[in-house]
Amino acid sequence: MTLSTIKSRPIYPGLTPDLNARSNIIVSDKAGAEAVAELLSRADSNFAKRTTIILADTLADKDRQAIARELAPVTIEFHATLADGIARLRQLLDGAPMGLRLYAAGSEPLIGLVVQAGGDFSIDHLSIRTEHRGTLMRRVQCVHCKTFIENVTTNPVKCTHCGITLLVRDHYSRRLAAFQGVCIDAEIPGDIPPTEALYQ
Amino acid sequence: MSGNILRRVRVAEVEPVANRIKRFRFVDIDNAPLSEFSGGSHISVVMHSGDRLMRNPYSLMGSPTDTSSYQISVLNVDPSRGGSRFMHENVKVGSELEIGQPLNLFPPAKLAKKHVFVAGGIGITPFMAMMNELDGLHADFELHYGVRSLEDGAYCKYLQSRYGSRVNVYRQDLGQLIPLETVLSSQRLGTHMYVCGPKPMIDWALQAARLLGWPDENVHSEQFSAPPPGKPFVVKLARSGRDIVVSGHQSILEALEENGIDAPFLCRGGACGQCQTEVLACDGFIEHNDHYLTEPEKVSGKKIMICMSRIPTGSITLDL
Amino acid sequence: MGLTFKDETFRDDFTYTNSPQNIRRFPFPFIEDQYRYSVNIEPHTPGPKGSPFEFPFDIDEHYVSEMRDRALVLEADPLRCQALPHMMTAQWDMLELVMTSLARDYPEHFTLHRDGSAWHWINRPLGIDQKFTFLDASTLPFEPMEYIGRQVQGDFSIQDQRDNQLWMDAGIITSQADWSLDFDVGMNFFEWHGPVPLAHEAGVFERALKFLLNLQIGKPVRRLNWTMTINPRLDTSPENFHKWGRDRMTVTPENIGKKLHLRVEMQGLFRLPRSNAILFSIRGYLMSLEQIVTVPKWGRRLPRVLRSLPPELVEYKSLGRFREMAIDYLSKYDDGAPTSPGGGPD
Repeated sequence: MTLSTIKSRPIYPGLTPDLNARSNIIVSDKAGAEAVAELLSRADSNFAKRTTIILADTLADKDRQAIARELAPVTIEFHATLADGIARLRQLLDGAPMGLRLYAAGSEPLIGLVVQAGGDFSIDHLSIRTEHRGTLMRRVQCVHCKTFIENVTTNPVKCTHCGITLLVRDHYSRRLAAFQGVCIDAEIPGDIPPTEALYQ
Repeated sequence: MSGNILRRVRVAEVEPVANRIKRFRFVDIDNAPLSEFSGGSHISVVMHSGDRLMRNPYSLMGSPTDTSSYQISVLNVDPSRGGSRFMHENVKVGSELEIGQPLNLFPPAKLAKKHVFVAGGIGITPFMAMMNELDGLHADFELHYGVRSLEDGAYCKYLQSRYGSRVNVYRQDLGQLIPLETVLSSQRLGTHMYVCGPKPMIDWALQAARLLGWPDENVHSEQFSAPPPGKPFVVKLARSGRDIVVSGHQSILEALEENGIDAPFLCRGGACGQCQTEVLACDGFIEHNDHYLTEPEKVSGKKIMICMSRIPTGSITLDL
Repeated sequence: MGLTFKDETFRDDFTYTNSPQNIRRFPFPFIEDQYRYSVNIEPHTPGPKGSPFEFPFDIDEHYVSEMRDRALVLEADPLRCQALPHMMTAQWDMLELVMTSLARDYPEHFTLHRDGSAWHWINRPLGIDQKFTFLDASTLPFEPMEYIGRQVQGDFSIQDQRDNQLWMDAGIITSQADWSLDFDVGMNFFEWHGPVPLAHEAGVFERALKFLLNLQIGKPVRRLNWTMTINPRLDTSPENFHKWGRDRMTVTPENIGKKLHLRVEMQGLFRLPRSNAILFSIRGYLMSLEQIVTVPKWGRRLPRVLRSLPPELVEYKSLGRFREMAIDYLSKYDDGAPTSPGGGPD
């Protein structure tokens, strides 16, 4: 994760187990699975019994088997895309009782979408335990046409909808689960600095 | 910016509502409308008892939209520092008092899907206004109210008739306890719990919630405690060079006010942070009785909330 | 009082100007020759008659035209006005505060009749006559914040207070200094001030938040803030930055006096009684350099202040492209004489 002087830029303190929770939902991607394994190693067997893992990533069969082995005996649901994983999370949260603890480990877009979904079910963002692992890819909203641009690895980046070249700011909206992208050449059209691969 | 706008009110009604509990209704001295308030707010009531000046915070318990009067309930605590006894013995219909503007340090969580209120004894009062407000908004809530007996518990009948099955009363004299574990185990996601009552009850409820896996963010408490008494000590004021004696039954803030020194304050319950004062020197250690300073701040000994905290003996030098 | 409302534009041909009497009541924000960051919060109590501080909500000669520009912005982009669902009580609080203030302070322009929850609002300058039921949003053509926000100068946001934080959970923002309500709605006090340089490190926002959390009913406060804008444009939003950003390249030594405007925000903060929320009013005032220098004290002081700005602030307020040019222009009006303390004209 990149540090920033901008205070809206989220901080992810790392996963620690809440041993009192009656049930746990952990949303993770392949890189986050390592953080989940460390979390499980710090918890007891009851924690594992009460836990469901939503693993949202495109995985080869052997990766899938390796992760299942590493995180056993916890039940793992595999979902091929982040969107599918978040949809499943929302399904599980709907009708869930208090005493549930939510965790997210992996890329920033994954964490952001979990926190956003939690918020829709009145889960305070501070009660969601998060750890950033793996890619620095960002989810960016174009402030001009409001399109969300997924998996952004460069700054600046072209809006996939309106085509404006956007400066990616560290200013972050939890509600939108996105960083802000603002036209970079508004003053002198075409005066665009070289593209840097900042978020690999 | 010290203190609070004061308004003169007249006591329009005094009603004993339970053992040692009286309800007071205040109207503006000129019958001008009072400000509306939000559920969970309190006011400070200024009392002049002989040459002593006391200001006690009390939760507003009436309807937040009623601008014709404010209502509070006062438990005559034993031993009283003087405030609640003064209210019980000296304040009658027609008495005039000064009150501050409503201040809310215990609001219902507006994002909650449901509210569970846990009250013990006089701790019922902030919830009366909150339930009134939430009922008007058609919000989902339930009350669990522990009383010693029906004679000791205020407003049991009123609450049950107004809110029906949403109100659950537990009588200690019948051996009934609030079944908190059961109550908290069956709540939907997004529920918030609020507890108000004696300190042991608050600690018990917070612990129960934690053990059932409730996040801290969903749990709220308010405890109105008077500043605990102690032995006399001396406050040295670095800026004016004055020495003020704080008697055993006074807070530092009260001693300053008695000596005509204007110090900042708002809630007088150690919650709002307004009276935070820098400590320049201190004999021994500070007895921190507030809910505002963080543990590291308390340990550092560099800050004190003068409305609640004191030292056992000796002197303390403040940046005032 | 005798307010005459001007017919003018804040876009395209930019016909906005201040009349001579309006120049003298401009809330010039610099109280000394040196720039110093401070929270500068003071009680929002009634100021001198005729000054912008006389009443809680200041109405001036630009009222009707500003409201017309706001309607155009909202028509093009409805997301400039948003309220999260739990803010409905606070919206009514705001409507009540604004209507009762305007009717009390400008009786020849606004009238409010209240009979229980049956309210009757008359706004003569905008030709509005509305009967509605207080606390029943279905009886108004817009939600309460938008309804009254379309009838009062200045942008507004409403902060919910919970967990010892303020959350910007509602707002009507059409003339902002380059920040997006749609992006920032739902953020807490530190988050929406996230991009502001220097002040976080100085602990400014921590102190300001603590102060605001204890803000009392009936004791509003205010502060002044400022930036500079090319052309008297109200809608300097990030949403439209790709349309107005190039204005910055059009400034020349010949036209800077007309084009460059000092933009002052009088920010008011009011505790709302029913909701325990805080209403934040951002009342903007625009004046071109050539109008500023008609007050000799301001002509002397402004170049001195611009010279003393820290570089982070020049960048944050995007003044870099024209600061030197502005200092050159203004220096002609600085004879080096001392200036009196305070912001007002001599």
